[in-house]
Amino acid sequence: MSMVSIIITALFTQNFLMVKFMGICPFLGVSKKIDTAAGMGMAVTFVMAVASAITYFANLLLGESMQYLQTIVFILIIAGLVQFVEMFVKKMLPSLYSALGIYLPLITTNCAVLGVALLNVQNGFNFIQSVMYGTFAALGFTMVIVIFAGIRENIEEKYVPQSFQGMPIALITAGLMSIAFMGFSGFSI
Amino acid sequence: MKEKSNNLKIFLNGLITENPTFVQLLGMCPTLAVTTSLKNGIGMGLSATAVLIASNALISLLRKIIPDKVRIAAYIVIIAAFVTIIEMLLNAYLPSLAASLGIFIPLIVVNCIILARAESFASKNTVGKSIIDGLGMGLGFTVALSIISGIREFFGAGTLFDIKIYADIITPPSIIIMAPGGFIVLGIIVAAINYITSKRKAGDN
Repeated sequence: MSMVSIIITALFTQNFLMVKFMGICPFLGVSKKIDTAAGMGMAVTFVMAVASAITYFANLLLGESMQYLQTIVFILIIAGLVQFVEMFVKKMLPSLYSALGIYLPLITTNCAVLGVALLNVQNGFNFIQSVMYGTFAALGFTMVIVIFAGIRENIEEKYVPQSFQGMPIALITAGLMSIAFMGFSGFSI
Repeated sequence: MKEKSNNLKIFLNGLITENPTFVQLLGMCPTLAVTTSLKNGIGMGLSATAVLIASNALISLLRKIIPDKVRIAAYIVIIAAFVTIIEMLLNAYLPSLAASLGIFIPLIVVNCIILARAESFASKNTVGKSIIDGLGMGLGFTVALSIISGIREFFGAGTLFDIKIYADIITPPSIIIMAPGGFIVLGIIVAAINYITSKRKAGDN
């Protein structure tokens, strides 16, 4: 795959949130305010880019014979990275740290991070392709979560039937956004 | 006698009162991604249940040995080991199911339900109770996935368990089994549950 096609695929046609359903927990959990959503997006972008790079080498080390250890090794690398990001954010950006709360350590259990590591291997990407795919998939995640947070901020002030308040209306909003993303399907370079 | 009713309570807690999908809204990625057909939904539900029971049992056994500071990492390694076992079993015995669940089998590792139960239940309770909790929560997850995938397969593909119901008579709206349908169907189900619980509460007063 060429660089341009990796970028377009990761950002739009195979968007992690809207098409592949990866990383839905933070998407629904920290999308009440644009600032927090953007902070979450940046943290996830960093973790996904670095995780793509490290897991590429880890996979080389594992080789064919120890393929079965893949999941365990990848998740440990990701858990370590997230721990590092958590310490960094706690020290440098304490306000963002308290806004993200429990969702910061939970980046470890964000499907998108482990998902991108596994997809890199599945697609047979080389080092540069892996890092590009990880970075742009994460930017696609950030883009969608920020747009979604903007819509949710507006919904807050509008009338919503009682049963639909909170999560149901958020899910339906996400569904409508997903229809928009279907417009990109079949689009290839 | 009291012990027995207590165990039943733990089981029903996972299955209904604190249903991981509809009430706690945990583990959303597989809930939305694999519920395109009833077979996939049940397959994913049962695989996650097996991992949940095994990891709950082992974590509960080791709860006094695992140091507090590294417990999350320890839990994740235990869960990842069981997921690897399940992945190998599915690849060997149910290759068609394994192919259609695809990347979401290794992603059971990061299913929040399993880590949440390890942290909030198995690390504090006996092995027996943890197994019952795992069974209850796992079946709660399976039932929820079956309901969502049943609705999506019936309305989106006109089939159930790949058997044609009305697919030949009218063309079903396939958007329901595509990505947007997942969000919208789940949104409507959660809204319906909210409506029922609010009516019940009003009835109590």
